[in-house]
Amino acid sequence: MTTPITTTSTQPVFIAFQANNDTLPIVEAIVADNPQAVAVDSPAMVKVTAPGLLVIRRASVEERVGRDFDLRELQLNLISLSGQIDETEDAFTLHWQSA
Amino acid sequence: MTVEIRTQSVKPVRHTYAHIARRFGDKPASRYQEATYDLQSEVNHHYKPLWDPDHDLYDARRTAIVMKDWYALKDPRQYYYGSYTIARAKQQEALDRQMEFAEKRELLRGLPVEAREAIVFAIVPLRHYEWGANTNFSHISAYGWSTAITQAAIMAAADRLGLAQHCSRIGLLVDGNTGSTLDEAKAFWVEHGDWQPLRREVERVFVTRDWFEVLAAQSLIADGLVYPLFFQQFDAWLARRHGPGLSTLLDYPMRLHDESVRWVDATVKTAAAESAANQALLSSWARTWRERFLAALKPLAEATMGDEGEVALAQVDAALGVRLAKLGLSV
Repeated sequence: MTTPITTTSTQPVFIAFQANNDTLPIVEAIVADNPQAVAVDSPAMVKVTAPGLLVIRRASVEERVGRDFDLRELQLNLISLSGQIDETEDAFTLHWQSA
Repeated sequence: MTVEIRTQSVKPVRHTYAHIARRFGDKPASRYQEATYDLQSEVNHHYKPLWDPDHDLYDARRTAIVMKDWYALKDPRQYYYGSYTIARAKQQEALDRQMEFAEKRELLRGLPVEAREAIVFAIVPLRHYEWGANTNFSHISAYGWSTAITQAAIMAAADRLGLAQHCSRIGLLVDGNTGSTLDEAKAFWVEHGDWQPLRREVERVFVTRDWFEVLAAQSLIADGLVYPLFFQQFDAWLARRHGPGLSTLLDYPMRLHDESVRWVDATVKTAAAESAANQALLSSWARTWRERFLAALKPLAEATMGDEGEVALAQVDAALGVRLAKLGLSV
């Protein structure tokens, strides 16, 4: 287990998904796990923004979709993202390094 | 020249159906929610069924279990028609390939005669057990209350019909598609002394009225003992002697079982946590049926695995005991 990523940066990171039934539980999981994250609905798109750090946890998504979930499934509905990416089997993390 | 790109955003008047919005608020709902919640027909039952004049056509009082909100018994797998059929179609494809492989390599046909006989005695008659399970889940679906339960039950019924077929196909792999093993297996199920106690208990569930008791008896207790006993313990016993040919075909039923365990455990756990009365009732059902099925499986465990049968059954039962305790039942 690697140490969780931390940062003092408050520069926004974001991830944007197509708004559909597959991403509904993913966005729900992100918002639940990242108290500072804000999800904004646009036509056919939902963009989640957070200051400095945003984590998508496999366990949280699995809890909501009711089946095994591979974090690479994110790519299927991914529109865009910003931030440095750290990807493990259990978490997909976007962050900016501390200044 | 400047080009200005603007998006026109049209706000939807509503995000989901009114009955879903009343429960969860007006926001996009998952398909499972839309295909499950508050779909049970609850009013305008002004014609009493002739076959049961004491109850309405659909009636929550057909079980002694009482829930404030029956939709609390939701399916953790979130299966509705679409997700269920897609998941099963994928699994069926993989299973068919496995079957083809077993047939080509003669994994079962090539076994020595005593191994083939053991499979025909232990595994193929389970097609009748599976058919019984199909009947029991159909009962739950027909008389149950709340779509959360009834849709999961009818899917389980369909699964069990598929598993009955699976057991038959194992028989056909053993006899080279003549079907003779199916006749033998039926004779075991209806005539052989060691199978009669299990058959009696399966048929006792047929005549149990309370659908929640049927769920506990069939899914929680009977399956909780029969599956690990035959598809794990007997399978391991056979594999030690004749290699893992049969194991390749029993992996799938075990996976389906693991999945159904998630559903029935969540259902029973939630119902038991609802009230002390529910907990006491479920505990007494679990105790009674566990005793019955355990006694019924004893001769079979010994007939299929000899001296090792008793230990195997004890292990399976111990695992069930741990599971029941985890669900909050007193056993």
